[in-house]
Amino acid sequence: MNVSLILIILLVGAFATFLAGDKLASKVALFFGLAAAGASIVLLNHYNLGENISFINQWITQPNISFALKADGLSMAMLLLTTVLTSIIIFSSFGNDYKNSKSFYALILFMSFAMVGTFLASDGLLYYIFWELSLIPIYFIALIWGNGDAEERKKAVVKFFIYTLAGSLFMLVAFVYMYQNAGSLLLEDLYKLNLSATEQLWIFLAFFLAYAIKIPLIPFHTWQASVYQKAPTVGTMLLSGIMLKMGLYSVIRWQLPLAPLAAKEYMYIFIGLGIAGVIYGSIVALKQKDLKKLLAYSSLAHVGLIAAGTYTLTLDGLRGAVLQMIAHGFVVVGLFYVAEIIFRRYETRVIAEMGGIRAQTPKFTSMFLILVLASVALPSTFNFVGEFTVLYGLSQINIWFAILGGTTIILGAYYMLKMFQHSMLGETNTRIFADVTFNEGATLVIIIAVLFFFGMYPKPIIDLITPSLQEILTQINRIN
Amino acid sequence: MNTLIAIIGLGVLCLLFEIFNLRKAIVPITIIGLLGVLGLTISEFNSTESYYNSMIVVSKFSTTFSCLFIVLTIFLVALGHNFYENLQSKISDFIAIKVFLLAGAVAMVSFGNLAMFFLGIEVLSISLYILAASDRMNLKSNEAGMKYFLMGSFASGIILFGICLIYGAMGSFDVSEISALSQSAELPIWFPIGIVLLTIGMLFKVAAVPFHFWAPDVYEGSPALTTALMSTLAKVVAMATLYKLLSVMNADVSESFNVKRMLAFSGVSHAGFMLMTLLTLSTSAGSLLYYASAYSLSGIAAFSVILYVCKNRNNEDITNFHGLGKTNPLLAAILTAALLSMAGIPIFAGFFAKLVLFSQTIQAGYLALVIVAVVNSVISVGYYFKLILAMYTKESNEERKGTPVIIYAVAVIAIVLNIALGLFPSLVLDLLA
Repeated sequence: MNVSLILIILLVGAFATFLAGDKLASKVALFFGLAAAGASIVLLNHYNLGENISFINQWITQPNISFALKADGLSMAMLLLTTVLTSIIIFSSFGNDYKNSKSFYALILFMSFAMVGTFLASDGLLYYIFWELSLIPIYFIALIWGNGDAEERKKAVVKFFIYTLAGSLFMLVAFVYMYQNAGSLLLEDLYKLNLSATEQLWIFLAFFLAYAIKIPLIPFHTWQASVYQKAPTVGTMLLSGIMLKMGLYSVIRWQLPLAPLAAKEYMYIFIGLGIAGVIYGSIVALKQKDLKKLLAYSSLAHVGLIAAGTYTLTLDGLRGAVLQMIAHGFVVVGLFYVAEIIFRRYETRVIAEMGGIRAQTPKFTSMFLILVLASVALPSTFNFVGEFTVLYGLSQINIWFAILGGTTIILGAYYMLKMFQHSMLGETNTRIFADVTFNEGATLVIIIAVLFFFGMYPKPIIDLITPSLQEILTQINRIN
Repeated sequence: MNTLIAIIGLGVLCLLFEIFNLRKAIVPITIIGLLGVLGLTISEFNSTESYYNSMIVVSKFSTTFSCLFIVLTIFLVALGHNFYENLQSKISDFIAIKVFLLAGAVAMVSFGNLAMFFLGIEVLSISLYILAASDRMNLKSNEAGMKYFLMGSFASGIILFGICLIYGAMGSFDVSEISALSQSAELPIWFPIGIVLLTIGMLFKVAAVPFHFWAPDVYEGSPALTTALMSTLAKVVAMATLYKLLSVMNADVSESFNVKRMLAFSGVSHAGFMLMTLLTLSTSAGSLLYYASAYSLSGIAAFSVILYVCKNRNNEDITNFHGLGKTNPLLAAILTAALLSMAGIPIFAGFFAKLVLFSQTIQAGYLALVIVAVVNSVISVGYYFKLILAMYTKESNEERKGTPVIIYAVAVIAIVLNIALGLFPSLVLDLLA
């Protein structure tokens, strides 16, 4: 048994969903999503028992490319995040009625397939292919099933596509360059390369362009808010919950170990960019009137902090970043789902048009409050563990980074609570707000349970990821 | 050699069909005949022989490219069944011309003598002139045929002049003799000038910048199926021939003029990308074959959808594609896949084609050129997506009736072949290694 199984399940699932027809599509998709999640848990078990679950096979002889999937703790964590979140995302969409839903759900599974591939691939070209492949389904999901004016949506989505494609092409050029020197693109062969500082800088920058657009870091974030707003909620969840983690994961897996000299030399600049994103995102979020846009900018702030954590090159920074990636994935999916639940009832995303919902649905309001508090890193939630570790990692580099980065918590608390107050509290709204359905409640409860469980007991994840992060750090520090 | 004779025999047979009034059977029989020729060509794959005092030299290069041309012709003939529905009385002519065109194409990649090369290019070009003007009641088609004829014969003249100069310098038309002589140190100036003229003439045929001005008018005016033929088969043939010309006649000569580099810089489209293979003549035959297959297969898939959509219309405006995603999801998906392949998105063959090409070009030391090409690919995504957007975001303005099975079959097979090439690139890349 090896990790290619997950890819097969998701790919077969995508086809089966498409063939199942519009009526059954959502259920078939959920079945395959759960099957993939179940299989990844079984694989995790095998991995913990010390079995080899990697998969490698020669694919193209000339150029020398392998179909190499490597599973270590870090990949396993991301794999679990992807498969579990995919199931949750599919389940969360059950209340909606989509036109041509067989294509819609097939695209979701296909996207999940591509993202899992990105997290597992250990051959540069294979990784690049999966990375690009994930772009096609989200493009169509946002374009066809998105909301708002068609012309504006078109503009936003095409901008997103061309931006990300342009960024990743430079990554491809970097890979091609390294191939000329190494004769292979397998990660372990690339690790053996002895590149000069200048070469490393160029490679680092080429990778940076791809990742900074995907994550996104300022000043490459301009596509984000409008795409998040225009995409259907499922698309936004996929984008913010999993896809932007692809960028962060890639920084740790590819960029830092392949160009460690550049990473060390220019560390302050890149941490600075991350922190600037934190402050900028928070301040812009304060001004937002649209709930989804507010969440988009808060996401920008959070990932800025995560990126800053990865660029510290300390074990704590990296570990915190990975923890926060997982925590943020769950909480952001929950928050976008809340926005969707409100939209289903009030057909609005403008915060000013909400308000006074608490009196009608105290249960829903409490769940929303928990998610809001989790997103501002309240102790005992998973996000606290993540953000605290990142800030600790930052303080080891320079205490000022930690202080500036810490503003994410203060500013975050301010805009999130303000948003909560305006949308939920106040005089009872005259429009009826139907109580959450079973599906909606169950989805939120699962997310909240995950956040609390790992908030109290993060040890399993820490134990899973630490060895592979240490390995990457050894790789980063090999030349000193 | 056998391939060439069999193709010409098939062409004659097509003409005879009209006499016996078997027009209905002509498309299927031609396809079966071409499949037979394809089998014959594949069976000759590993042989290297020369015929008629090396007028024709059959090599790995010529057989693989001939196979590609035959496959493309099969697709184009199959599309003709639908396209010439209302022109039954002329169908045998059109099909026969296509088969003769294929004969010219095969002669062009298997020449061993410049005379044979010129014969091949003329057979191909004259067939194309006729096809361009084949919609004879249409003013635009007539204009296209006339323009193409004038520009094409001008280019042929330049090529002929180049051949003459090479003969003047070397005293032979035989490429192997020319190649041997060109190793010597003292070369008359006529030789490089002749090569440059040959290259320029061929670039006219490929429609590469800066010799591309005839292309937009001719492409637009010609019947859609002819446009499909010109932009897939004819372009690929001309590229392969140019590659062979330069590689058999010792390329170092033209490198000293830096012509190739200038040309590769100026080429902005797929022809330009294919021209980049000329920078690494000794190693890039496989990647040229791969690029040509990937490009022409996606071209065939795209054009079969275009033929379906624009049938019985006077124009090929983008508005015709509005709402195709809803009215005909399968064809819309095929066109999307074909465009994604042309844009170079992974898993489609177009991606590997560009990847292998760029990586070879970097190896040869032209990093700046690759960066220009990468930027250019990004820009090209913009116009490919215009069409995709039109299909999926605009509302359809009218209903389309009928499901032409053959068009579906051609489109599906072409795109499946394209994806198969993307999944297993080694199949083609290693053929000429």
